[in-house]
Amino acid sequence: MNTTASNRPPRVLVLGIGNLLWADEGFGVRAVEAFQQRYHTPENVRVLDGGTQGVYLVQEVREAELLVVFDAIDYGLPPGTLKLIEGEAVPKYLGVKKVSLHQTGFQEVLALAEMLGDYPRQLLLIGVQPEEIEDFGGSLRPVVKAQIEPALRQAVAYLRRQGVAVRRRAQPPVADAYSAAIGDMARYESERPGPEQACRLGDERVLRSGAYQVAYRPADLDGVPLRVGLDQHLDPYRQGGRGE
Amino acid sequence: MSIKQTPNGFSLDDSGKRVVVDPVTRIEGHMRCEVNVDENNVIRNAVSTGTMWRGLEVILKGRDPRDAWAFTQRICGVCTGTHALTSVRAVEDALNIQIPENANSIRNIMQLALQAHDHLVHFYHLHALDWVNPVNALKADPKATSELQQKISPRHALSSPGYFRDIQNRLKKFVESGQLGPFKNGYWTNPAYLLPPEVDLMAVTHYLEALDFQKEIVKIRTIFGGKDPHPNWLVGGVPCAINMDGIGSVGGLNMVNMNQISSIIDQVREFINNVYVPDLLAIAGFYKGWTYGGGLASMNVLAYGDIPDRANDYSADNLMMPRGAIINGNLKEVHEVDLRNPEEIQEFVPHSWYKYPDGAKGLHPWDGITEADFQLGANTKGSKTDIRQIDEAAKYSWIKAPRWRGHAMEVGPLARYVVGYAKGDKEITEQINFTLKTLDLPLTALFSTLGRTAARGLEAQWAADKMRYFMDKMMANIKAGDSATANVERWDPETWPAQAKGVGFSEAPRGALGHWLRIEDTRIANYQCVVPTTWNGSPRDQQGNIGAFEASLMNTKVERPEEPVEILRTLHSFDPCLACSTHVMSEDGQELAEVKVR
Repeated sequence: MNTTASNRPPRVLVLGIGNLLWADEGFGVRAVEAFQQRYHTPENVRVLDGGTQGVYLVQEVREAELLVVFDAIDYGLPPGTLKLIEGEAVPKYLGVKKVSLHQTGFQEVLALAEMLGDYPRQLLLIGVQPEEIEDFGGSLRPVVKAQIEPALRQAVAYLRRQGVAVRRRAQPPVADAYSAAIGDMARYESERPGPEQACRLGDERVLRSGAYQVAYRPADLDGVPLRVGLDQHLDPYRQGGRGE
Repeated sequence: MSIKQTPNGFSLDDSGKRVVVDPVTRIEGHMRCEVNVDENNVIRNAVSTGTMWRGLEVILKGRDPRDAWAFTQRICGVCTGTHALTSVRAVEDALNIQIPENANSIRNIMQLALQAHDHLVHFYHLHALDWVNPVNALKADPKATSELQQKISPRHALSSPGYFRDIQNRLKKFVESGQLGPFKNGYWTNPAYLLPPEVDLMAVTHYLEALDFQKEIVKIRTIFGGKDPHPNWLVGGVPCAINMDGIGSVGGLNMVNMNQISSIIDQVREFINNVYVPDLLAIAGFYKGWTYGGGLASMNVLAYGDIPDRANDYSADNLMMPRGAIINGNLKEVHEVDLRNPEEIQEFVPHSWYKYPDGAKGLHPWDGITEADFQLGANTKGSKTDIRQIDEAAKYSWIKAPRWRGHAMEVGPLARYVVGYAKGDKEITEQINFTLKTLDLPLTALFSTLGRTAARGLEAQWAADKMRYFMDKMMANIKAGDSATANVERWDPETWPAQAKGVGFSEAPRGALGHWLRIEDTRIANYQCVVPTTWNGSPRDQQGNIGAFEASLMNTKVERPEEPVEILRTLHSFDPCLACSTHVMSEDGQELAEVKVR
């Protein structure tokens, strides 16, 4: 499957992976969504929102000779940094640090594709360094969102270099009247109620009831005061004095 | 005194060596497990901890209820469709929306396809390696493997010696390259692996075949649900029109699509009957003596039921997948289950990192509260950021403890099959009897890790057959002139009452799933999910009852505590999915499973 017959264009997969619900973790999915909205691609190109599908994506990857992946990657660089990785190094980057559940999954998808003898001939990873992922239900942070357009430009330039005729659409495809807000970043963001209305941490009836007392004390274990690691995301609420 | 009797019949002894497995691998989500073993390496105490915070309820608050399905299907990549289905059912229940018959058939086919798909992928890609040793497969004789294959499943075409030799060579190349990929982290020299090399080779071969085949099943969801791999759902029905005379991809479902789905359904039945079930029986035959892992299965099991035959009727009689609760092992009495009754399903938090205004009481999901309260017990070893040993006497998990009338329950394929068997369901009883007879085992063998794994395979077979049933039913309905797929009379929020509450349920591949919601002024005021792994992965409750994972590990002999393949085997048999039972990841997810013996 890895050899392209000379008279046939290569099978291309443009894939976005990540979890939309985890703020910058949604970069890959939002980027591929935007790609679909803005660009028209020929028949040999499949544009796919892979979400967190993991092993279910093996078949898609096996069928691809040329694979372009959008994802949020922890490169250890300043937030919003866009970095392109090509070829053999790609799986290593996908496995550097497990930013989310799907990443070991995707590294394994590549390993499985390889074991089955169908590894993409060419691989490009367009990754952005996330700023915030610990905001469940949140959207992309501005620095990350600002990288969608540059990421698309990189993908389009790369595909064109490979001879893939990507064209800008005159108009985006018509959206389904019954489609959900999550599939549209603007609605996903605008319909998110503020934290004062829908507390992002817990049940507001409890938070406002006065029964709510912050049980936040550094634990004194082995005589050493320690910082609490697992629920640091509660800090802004504690500092915001929500107890009244 | 370190020995404690639990009300649900287990004797816990934490005086022996402590073994910590963190994280448990090949599951979705983050989970930790600690056990104490005695001087003979038999597990005498088990503690299961969900190590992520659950927050789904929180993100749905204030959202449009018609969109909830889309959020719930993004929680994780595993049971996307089941959450979506359960969510639209909850909203329809709240707003009293009736869906058309065709929508019911299509939803059932999608749900059954997911069951078959998920079970197949779980067995081969997440669970098989607990029984099958790919390194041992390198020693197999391809000719003997071919003979074995033809004996156990004469109808499966891929069975020549050359075929198995090719696979073996490919595997060898892969192993020799040092990158075991999906086969890394295995305990391949552990004596707990009992299969002859030929069975190992056959199973690894089918691991690859299943990987290839599963793509076909996905197409069913893609055709019905549109967007792949995240199908669209719709409150009021399904988002695809039926236009049998239509052509091409425009204009909805037509004859071409229907024929394609029909043909995939036949292929799924064939693969399950000719590959999955024969493999299951062949592998089980070598592990018949390994009878561990029953836990709560022989005592307390719960199923909500699913797959309504006629649309909009969720009574037990109309559900093809059985509903009921069995208590204290009394198979003669199957209790009715009512998800609305505040006295039946309740969640407790004395051992969970949450707080309630009254911490000792349980809350029905409609009144559910999700308020984090992370604190460790006095006997914890380590720190909050580096727990070396958890203190199970205090709070110790991000999973709440759901109880049915106060009882800890097991849910999932085995629970469904035990309920079906107890109710005298003809097909389920036949499948169970056939399996036990083939393996020459008594009914009690069903209540084990292996029984759980077998029930999953039998259910996949059942699900594939029922897809055929609903496909035929829908075609007959369309022929009779009904092509409706959606009821959007109450799509407009202006038609809704100011306040409404509803519950939706389904049987997810891994067990009973419920979504409870309240709608106020057209927005979600409260949303609570009780997912299968909340039931199975539950920590202790106020009375000290241990949960299903914990119970299943009790009294298991571990060959090598530092290589806890037996623990993984039993936990995997539940197909745990902690991405939705708990939500936020821990500070640093480790790459490899860390096993510590203390």
